[in-house]
Amino acid sequence: MKRYFGPYGGRFVPETLIPALEELERAFGRVTREKGFSEEFNALLRDYVGRPTPLYFASRLTRHLGGARIYLKREDLTHTGAHKINNALGQALLAKRMGKERLIAETGAGQHGVATATGAALVGLKCEIYMGAEDMKRQALNVFRMRLLGAEVTEVSLGSRTLKDAINEALRDWTTNVRTTHYVLGTVFGPHPYPTMVRMFQSVIGREARRQILKAEGRLPDCLIACVGGGSNAMGLFHAFLKDDVRMIGVEAGGKGIESGLHAARFAGGSVGVFQGCKSYLLQDEDGNVLGTHSVSAGLDYASVGPEHAFLRDAGRAEYTYATDDEALEAFELLSRTEGIIPALESAHALAEAVKLAPALPADRVIIVNLSGRGDKDVEHVARIKGALKR
Amino acid sequence: MGRIESLFNELKVRGRKAFIPYIMTGYPSLKKTEELVLLLEDCGADVIELGVPFTDPLADGPTIQAAAERAVRRGVTLRKVLGAVGRLRRKTSVPIVLMTYFNPVFKYGLESFVDDASGAGVDGLIVPDLPPDEAGDLIRLARPRDLSTVFLLAPTSTDERIRLVSRASTGFIYYVSLTGITGAALTIDGVMERMIRKIRTASAKPVAVGFGVKSPEDARAVAEISDGVIVGSSIVRMISDNYRGLERYLTSLRRAI
Repeated sequence: MKRYFGPYGGRFVPETLIPALEELERAFGRVTREKGFSEEFNALLRDYVGRPTPLYFASRLTRHLGGARIYLKREDLTHTGAHKINNALGQALLAKRMGKERLIAETGAGQHGVATATGAALVGLKCEIYMGAEDMKRQALNVFRMRLLGAEVTEVSLGSRTLKDAINEALRDWTTNVRTTHYVLGTVFGPHPYPTMVRMFQSVIGREARRQILKAEGRLPDCLIACVGGGSNAMGLFHAFLKDDVRMIGVEAGGKGIESGLHAARFAGGSVGVFQGCKSYLLQDEDGNVLGTHSVSAGLDYASVGPEHAFLRDAGRAEYTYATDDEALEAFELLSRTEGIIPALESAHALAEAVKLAPALPADRVIIVNLSGRGDKDVEHVARIKGALKR
Repeated sequence: MGRIESLFNELKVRGRKAFIPYIMTGYPSLKKTEELVLLLEDCGADVIELGVPFTDPLADGPTIQAAAERAVRRGVTLRKVLGAVGRLRRKTSVPIVLMTYFNPVFKYGLESFVDDASGAGVDGLIVPDLPPDEAGDLIRLARPRDLSTVFLLAPTSTDERIRLVSRASTGFIYYVSLTGITGAALTIDGVMERMIRKIRTASAKPVAVGFGVKSPEDARAVAEISDGVIVGSSIVRMISDNYRGLERYLTSLRRAI
């Protein structure tokens, strides 16, 4: 299996973990060839997750923006409310086959934590989720959901108290309990084979969307848009279209603007580095220390980005831009009002790009936006922000 | 031959084991680090391991994390660590090994880094998040400059990893005593002895053991089955909590090894 995407990727972890990653790579390689596994996984995606998720033509949003036709890939309608469940279930099944007793995971917005806790409950494994103290505050509802599902949620009060610190703690736990524990990494990041494995479990998004748009429009879309934190929903959507003549746009968190330094736009504001297991773009200072990030959305608030995205960007195959907190919040409200769909703040970043792009395109063009998650978890957080704005 | 190789050869002839203390550079300050290196040497350190502060030390436990965080906040960078080693070289020839995460080195630029490190008088490198599989460039650049590249083995290491890591290591091989992070609780059991015996059948290079060594009793037990004992977290904790007891603690470790 390929360890690198061009110059990006690799396996930069302590030696203690190398045998576990080799074991994981072998097990993953085995199940991808095994019919029984994909049958079990696909049955769960259908009957438990509720796939295929609809590809919905957002006619009122399209009319409102007055340009390209906008379709939404409705990952928000999956069980647990975000695309994260696709990967978490895949890895839970794999861990069970590997004879592991316990799942651990990091979570930012809490969606991956909820998905992993769900997977653990479903296959009958113990579960511990690491979450930054800052994120636990802004995503309190998801903390409660994870506990309800039987997972232990451990607060991480180190460093910036967000996603990257939760990953450090999860890696430390894994280093300590590697024999009995599988680390369910939530995105297309980290040491090989995670970027490849997570992409494979998420690629169902793009396969469905491609089939659905061909049926609805009789042709391929002109453009795909997805938000990019680590980048799993974006890779999941993009992968099936890589060989097609389809424009692909990843949207990072612009926070309070690139000049402010308060953002998580790794391509716009970062440089190549090695962090948490792989080589990719990284927000770092000139001495190689990792910079703090900011985003209104916990799921995009991360200092690095999946290595395959770095590769696609350098190759010119995908473009990357960013949406600021304010733009995302506007899109959050716009979709709620025009379509009656409350999107996750992460997905609202992708919508914000559609809001900019669609009016500039003729009406016969077609855009697919990956609506990676639903916004229930963000309602309280947004209400707080709106209250603060009024004051 | 580098300073580290000749040191281990000499110890072997004398039937002794190496005492390898670790401190975090810049904790509590750079000036203090320079004093501490001299103190460590006075207390019988054979090799000194200098930690390079990094924001995300994922192989380290809470003690070293806290020290790193504080040193980062004080602006202690890899460049400043090399400066401190350069100054120390006017006062001591004790072998110095840097323990640094890979990103500061990568950002510095591998070629400039090995030039500046060997120019400053660094003898070896330990990069815990850089397994030999990813270290081809660093090894190639370090060899002609006589910089040792010390790689790690762990209780989970397979025979294949033992062969690979032994081959890539120069100076010594770092055996991680436990499945975990620095500062965790050490258990001295048959596993360590068995693993060290395995490593010895793969390589004639010295094997030093670190992670979790705290008491003189730990140090003695580890010294009996290895070529060197690395003590980190508990020294860093003494520096922060009980500086006055440090010298006595170091002496007791030295005696035990």
